[in-house]
Amino acid sequence: MNLNFKKIFPQLLTLLFVVLVFGFFSYNAQVNMDNRGITFGYGFLSQESSFDVQFSLIEYDGSHSYFRAYLVGLLNTILVSVIGIILATIIGVVVGIARLSKNYLIVKTAAVYVEFFRNIPLLLQIFFWYFAALRALPLPEKAEPMLGVFFLTIKGFFVPALIWNNLHIFVYSVIAAIISIIFVRIYARRKQETEGKQTPVLMISIGLLLILPLLSFLIGGASFVVEVPVIKQMSQSSFTYDGGIGLPPELIALVLALSLYTATFIAECVRAGVQGVGKGQKEAAASIGLTPNQVLKLVIMPQALRIIIPPTTNQYLNLTKNSSLAAAIAYPDLVLVFAGTALMQTGRAIEIVSITMLTYLSLSISISILMNWYNKKIAIKEK
Amino acid sequence: MNKINLLTPDKSNLYNFLYIGILLFFFSVLDVTLNSFFNINLTSFLPDALSFFLPLILGFIGLHFIRIEYSGIKYLDLINKNINTNNFNALLSLLIIFIFIKLLPPALSWFIIDANISGDSRDSCTGTGACWTYIKVWFNRFMYGMYPNAEQWRINLSFISLAFLGSVGFFATEKYKKYLTLYYVVIYPIIAFLFIFFFISGGPIFFDFSYGIIAAVISIIIGFFIPSKFKMYYFIIVPLTVYILLKYVLFYEELIELGKLEALEWVETGAWGGLSLTFIVSFFCLIFCFPVGLFLSLGRRSDFPIIKYISIGFIEFWRGVPLITVLFMSSVMFPMFLPEDMFIDKLVRVIIAISLFEAAYVAEVIRGGLQALPRGQYDAAKSLGMGYWKMYIFVILPQALKLVIPGIANTFLALVKDTPLIFVVGLMELAGMLGLAKTNPKWLGYAMEGYVFASVVFFIICYAMSKYSYNLEQKYKTER
Repeated sequence: MNLNFKKIFPQLLTLLFVVLVFGFFSYNAQVNMDNRGITFGYGFLSQESSFDVQFSLIEYDGSHSYFRAYLVGLLNTILVSVIGIILATIIGVVVGIARLSKNYLIVKTAAVYVEFFRNIPLLLQIFFWYFAALRALPLPEKAEPMLGVFFLTIKGFFVPALIWNNLHIFVYSVIAAIISIIFVRIYARRKQETEGKQTPVLMISIGLLLILPLLSFLIGGASFVVEVPVIKQMSQSSFTYDGGIGLPPELIALVLALSLYTATFIAECVRAGVQGVGKGQKEAAASIGLTPNQVLKLVIMPQALRIIIPPTTNQYLNLTKNSSLAAAIAYPDLVLVFAGTALMQTGRAIEIVSITMLTYLSLSISISILMNWYNKKIAIKEK
Repeated sequence: MNKINLLTPDKSNLYNFLYIGILLFFFSVLDVTLNSFFNINLTSFLPDALSFFLPLILGFIGLHFIRIEYSGIKYLDLINKNINTNNFNALLSLLIIFIFIKLLPPALSWFIIDANISGDSRDSCTGTGACWTYIKVWFNRFMYGMYPNAEQWRINLSFISLAFLGSVGFFATEKYKKYLTLYYVVIYPIIAFLFIFFFISGGPIFFDFSYGIIAAVISIIIGFFIPSKFKMYYFIIVPLTVYILLKYVLFYEELIELGKLEALEWVETGAWGGLSLTFIVSFFCLIFCFPVGLFLSLGRRSDFPIIKYISIGFIEFWRGVPLITVLFMSSVMFPMFLPEDMFIDKLVRVIIAISLFEAAYVAEVIRGGLQALPRGQYDAAKSLGMGYWKMYIFVILPQALKLVIPGIANTFLALVKDTPLIFVVGLMELAGMLGLAKTNPKWLGYAMEGYVFASVVFFIICYAMSKYSYNLEQKYKTER
């Protein structure tokens, strides 16, 4: 009886405390909303939003609903996160490997990069790229084309667009190539395990990736036209580009800052991972006659990845969350569009902030579930 | 004379290869240097592309020639081992050297040679380089925000005294070492809070602060005459009593009189800003987030399901959302949750929000330390008859916290780097003041200088912190 009481009492006390705090808050919220004549509810999502967003992946203007605005913001956030994650991974892996190089100059350069970008607040870096570095770019009418078709101007980065005919056939062919590569890999591994013979998987993969899409052009009827951006005069002194795809400077600044910042952390993860594999492993692998490439591929990487993946996942999550700093430079991401403009217009603080937080929460939880699954798959299977 | 095989340099022709190689390498570096510093192109007679890549090719051949293993020359072996192990490395080394030489002149000219620092208006910035005059003129604002110029000594004084009080740990003798934890965890934060709240904020409340000081001094003096048996109770009760006596009985009339005089001008938190605000916010969040995080991590490992799941929910919630939405919540949503007549200062709300946010991260770091301890430690403590709190305070936490010093330091570092975010609620710390300064019509177009300045400031702070945490880690590393 005494023991039970000792167990239950602190829990009840905590529960009571939490319930009281929540009760206090929700009671006040109720009173405050009554005073302002607002009723709690998510009905406003279907109302006409009547504000415009300057950059959106889906069709959107003021006549669409608030929910549509939410989608626009969400897609923009996902766009920045995905580009950022890809770039950060590439830079991070390269720098991480560079820090393990035997070359003194490379090691020092990589170390300076990591220490420098890691120790400056991300917000300052975003501001730096957006307000200082990108503002030094030329005006559209004065921009020199890079390689003839890319225009890097103060109004953004303009790249040629591909206008597709029968895009779906091309996409199918790529999917088919990827699926057949997976089959080839499984086959090669099985052959390696049963007969000990090796198959040139890389060559076959590259061949498949080239041939199948090529076939889709030759036989399937897929084709594309390159649409180069052309300069267009808007008014006396205002120019812009017509055609092609225009990436706004906000997006570029954000992606640059996010990927350069996160890459430093990923580089450290990679370095720690590769260093974490014992030296004996490399020597043992070399002593049974594996080539340096095989040592890396079959012995080092599988073990290093186990160390690298969990912290890197965390960095991906951080990047996704940090992409919300977009609001500082007016890139229309979820926070700016929804928690900023929409909140100002409707005044529904509780609903909007809760939706925004829940969105980020589910984004990060889904990434972490995905990565946990992968992590479990590659983890050492102990008996 | 031996036949020379140019493709495979060897030791028998060491000096031949060495001379040719060094000559080629030297020439390539000279070419790039002349090109970037004096704009002279030695190889202008060649086609453009060749002239551009010639230093790379020459340097590459040069490095190839001097790549002779075990030459017996100390410096040559050192170079070969470190930057010239194979063709690929040689190429990368050359590229890095050339890029460095190429970048040096524009960087130098922007930072120093063509930069201006004299004068105190925009007109004195005539050079093509940086305009450090801008930083000089705005320096006060970058450091103190909108805090009145005449009152800035209060911030300086507070920070200096806090730094002094914080460094007590280095001077403490063995006898007092055991009190240091108590001092840093309880007493120091309270003093810091008093300083910032009463001294930097100012106003009539300032007298509360001075009474507090007087009470503390009086009770310490009397404390010498109290037998050590009662000291514990004495130091809890007496300072408070003296303070209440001073405030409400002895000096009550005077307080009201003096309150009207306003010995220290009251400065509202909206005017605080600049780097000092960065320090204030990170300092307070640092103090608050640690204990909260500690309790959360204990809660997460608790055997009581309700406490455990509440802790998990709390931690995962804060870890899943970006700080900027938390700040949005504290600024637009939180006032809705308070009674109509209750008002909490913006700065306080922000500090609470950031503290709770970082506490979740600290909790996870500490949990890592708790999990890393072998079960035997828990069992041993329990077998000695220790209760839950005794076990954690005397056995588990001292070991676990030692393990997680680097993790906690990283979290604190992240906290300092997160403080610029408070601009979303309208508080102007360093980054916010930069934004304000660059839109000032008198000083348009100097955004670059401002951000470079702020980057350097933050870099120094964060780099020093990370180095310090590294040293701490080395110091507390115990053999297990």
